[in-house]
Amino acid sequence: MTGSKGAPLLQVRDLRVAFRRRGEPETVAVDGVSFDVAAGQVVGLVGESGCGKSVTSMAIMRLLPQRGVHITGSVKLDGEELLTLSDARMRERRGRDLSMVFQDPLSSLNPVIPIGLQITEVLRRHRGMDKEKAREAAVELLDRVGIPDPRRRITAYPHQLSGGMRQRVMIAIALACAPRLLIADEPTTALDVTIQAQILELLKEMVAETGAALIMITHDLGVVAGLCETVNVLYAGRIVERAQRHRLFGTPRHPYTHGLLRSIPRLDAPAGEALEAIPGSVVDNVPWTHACAFAPRCHRSVERCLEVTPAGETTGGRLLRCHNPVPASAE
Amino acid sequence: MNGADSADGRAAGGAHEEGIARERGPEHVHDHSVDRGVDRGVDRGVDRTSGSSGEPPAEPLLDVRDVAVHFPIRRGLVLDRTIGHVFAVDGVSLRIGRGETYGLVGESGCGKSTLGRAILRLEKPTAGQVFFDGRDIAPLKGEELRTMRRRFQMVFQDPMSSLDPRQSVQSLLTEGMKAHGLTRGAAADGKRLRELVDAVGLPAAALRRYPHEFSGGQRQRIGIARALCVEPDLIVADEPVSALDVSVQAQVLNLLERLQAELGLTYLVIAHDLAVVRHVSDRVGVMYLGGLVEEAPSQALYDEPLHPYTRALLSAIPVPDPELEDRRERILLTGDLPSPAAPPPGCRFHTRCPWRQPERCDTERPQLRVVEGTVPGHRVACHYAEEIRSGALRPHRVEPAVAEDVLGPGAVPDQPGSVTEILGR
Repeated sequence: MTGSKGAPLLQVRDLRVAFRRRGEPETVAVDGVSFDVAAGQVVGLVGESGCGKSVTSMAIMRLLPQRGVHITGSVKLDGEELLTLSDARMRERRGRDLSMVFQDPLSSLNPVIPIGLQITEVLRRHRGMDKEKAREAAVELLDRVGIPDPRRRITAYPHQLSGGMRQRVMIAIALACAPRLLIADEPTTALDVTIQAQILELLKEMVAETGAALIMITHDLGVVAGLCETVNVLYAGRIVERAQRHRLFGTPRHPYTHGLLRSIPRLDAPAGEALEAIPGSVVDNVPWTHACAFAPRCHRSVERCLEVTPAGETTGGRLLRCHNPVPASAE
Repeated sequence: MNGADSADGRAAGGAHEEGIARERGPEHVHDHSVDRGVDRGVDRGVDRTSGSSGEPPAEPLLDVRDVAVHFPIRRGLVLDRTIGHVFAVDGVSLRIGRGETYGLVGESGCGKSTLGRAILRLEKPTAGQVFFDGRDIAPLKGEELRTMRRRFQMVFQDPMSSLDPRQSVQSLLTEGMKAHGLTRGAAADGKRLRELVDAVGLPAAALRRYPHEFSGGQRQRIGIARALCVEPDLIVADEPVSALDVSVQAQVLNLLERLQAELGLTYLVIAHDLAVVRHVSDRVGVMYLGGLVEEAPSQALYDEPLHPYTRALLSAIPVPDPELEDRRERILLTGDLPSPAAPPPGCRFHTRCPWRQPERCDTERPQLRVVEGTVPGHRVACHYAEEIRSGALRPHRVEPAVAEDVLGPGAVPDQPGSVTEILGR
C-alpha cells in the first residue's frame, strides 16, 4: 500500500502485439498501449471481446507464443524490462513477483493433480520450502481464501470443487508467493453473481492485506466501478479513455464509454427507460492507421474522425482519444 | 394443415376473446405476412395492460401448475439402477398473460432453463400440468405436439450452436415454415422472408449468407427470425443476450421489445442477469434450487425484495456507478448452491440464509404467499418475510457448509509428494 511516488511498479509503454500468419495481413491486437501501475494500486482494463485486454495481460506475463507473434514496446516491472528477459529469468519472476488469475479455473488448474500439490509446487519452486512446510503454508493459504476445512480439501481434485471454490484456489496459488503485481483476467465472468460478489470481496481483501497491485481485466463496467482506482477503456487495441473511476463514470467523455454506460440495463435506472444501443458491432471498426476505429459506430463522428487518427491527449488526469468528445458539462 | 386447424380449434375454446384474432379458417391459413402480425398486435395491446397490472392474469396464455422435472441418476451397466434423482425443477407454478413478458432469474443450476424446456415440452415434466391457451400440453405427443409447437418457439443462448452452419439463412427460416405447412409458393415466401429479416434489422442480402458470416449480435437476430417465422404466440428466450458483447446486448433487447409491441408476442425470458430481466419483464420470478422463492411485478421486486435470497442477489450485482458502489451494503452469501440431487430439507435456502431461524426453516418448506401491505401480485416463499421486512429479524453470520456429497472420505488418495511423483517420474 505504500509505494514510492517516483517510479511506478509496472510501466507499460507503447505495447504493440501483432499476430502474423503467412499469406495474411498481420492482425494488430494491441496497438500502442501505455499505462502505469503504482505499488498497491488497483487498475482496471475494460473493453469488449477483441479489444486486446487479454492479449495485453498475456504480453505482460510473457505467455504469448513466440512464433507468429510480434511484440514491440516496453514492459518494465520495478525498472526491469520484461520483454527482453531470458526465459529462465522470466520463469523466476513469474509466479513470484507477478502472477495471474484466469477466467476459467477449470481449464487453468491441472485436472489430474490435487489442488494442495498445485499450491505447494509454487511455494517449493519459488520459496524453496520443504514438503512439510509447503503443505502447512498451503493449508493456511486455502484457509485465508475462505475454503472451509482446508486440511481435508488439500487432497481434492479440481473437479471435486465448485466453480467459486476453484477460483479461490486459483487466487491462493496466485498469492502464494506474495507477488507485487496480480493480474486478474475476467476472474468472475464464469461465476454466478452471488459467488462473483464473494470473489471480488476476497480480491479486495487480499490486495489490501498483501499490498499487491492489481490489474483487473473485465468487460463488466459494474465490476470496475466498485474496485478500481484508475480505469482504462480499450477499444480495438487502443486505450480510448482513462480516468480516475469517479470521474470516468461521472462524466464519461469518450463517445464509446458514454455509449457503453447508456446501453447497459441498470438495476438502479428508472423503470421503462429505453436503452440507447451502440449500433453495429466490434467487427465494424476501421484500423487505427488512418482514422478513429470507433467512428463507424459513433453518433458524434465528424469528417475528421475518418481522416485523421485521434491522438491520446491527457488533460487534468484524464486521457482521451477523440476528435469530438462528449462535452464535459453533458447532463 | 388439418392438424393445425383442429389443434387450434380445440385450444380456442379456452380463450374465446382471442377467437377472432387467432382463428385459422381455411381462407386465413395462407395469410402469414408480417403485416398481419402487426394487426394482431393492435388487438392484443388491450390485453397487455391487464397483463402488467401486477396480478397474475386470470386467463393466462400459459399456465404452469406444479411442474416438476426430475432426472434419474443411473449407475451400473448391466443392472442400470437408479440411485437417485436430480431435482432440477421441483414444483413450480406460474402464469403468463397474453402480451406479457415474464422474467425468470436464478443462478446456474437453479432449474430455470429446465423449466423453460419443460414448458416447451423439450423435456417431459415428471409431474404437473402445462396449460397453453387453455390446453394441457404436458401429455401431448407425436403429431399433436408437433403441430402445437408452431405456437411456442425458443430463442437459444448461443446462436452459433443453435443454427445449422451448413444452411443458409433462407433455408434456416424456410425449414420451420415448411414443417408447419406455412409455405405458399416461391414468390410469396420470398416476400415473407424479406419482411422477416427486415423485421429483425438485417438486410435482405442476409438470406443468401451462412451463420458463420455474421457477428454474434446478427446471429442472435437470425435466431429470433427463425423463432418468428412460424408465427408463434409464445417465445421462450433462454439467456438471449448473455453470449453477446455489452454494446450489442442493448440492440437485441430493444429488438425483442419492438417485436413484442408490433406482433403482440408473449415472452418468457430466462436469464441470470437481474438487470437485463428487470429491464424487459413485466413480472419476474426468482428461482432457487428448483423452486420459485419470490414472484413480483418487476419494479416491486427491485424496490422491495422480500426473500432473503432475492435481497442477496440484488445486492451482489455490481452497478456501474462508483458513488453507489461505495455506499452499498452487500449481503454476502457464504458457500455455494447445494447440490440439486440432495436439496436441503425445509426451506431450500436455509443453508445459506443470513436470516434463518431454528426449527421451522429447517423442516417446513415455505410456499409462495402474499405478504400484507405489499404490491398486488407480490408473493414470497419465506416463513419470516414479515419479520425480515419490518426489521424485527436481523441477519446473522452463516458458516459455509461443507458439501459432504461432493467430497466423501477416501475419495482421493493420500497426499503424494510432488507433481513429478504423481505423474510417475
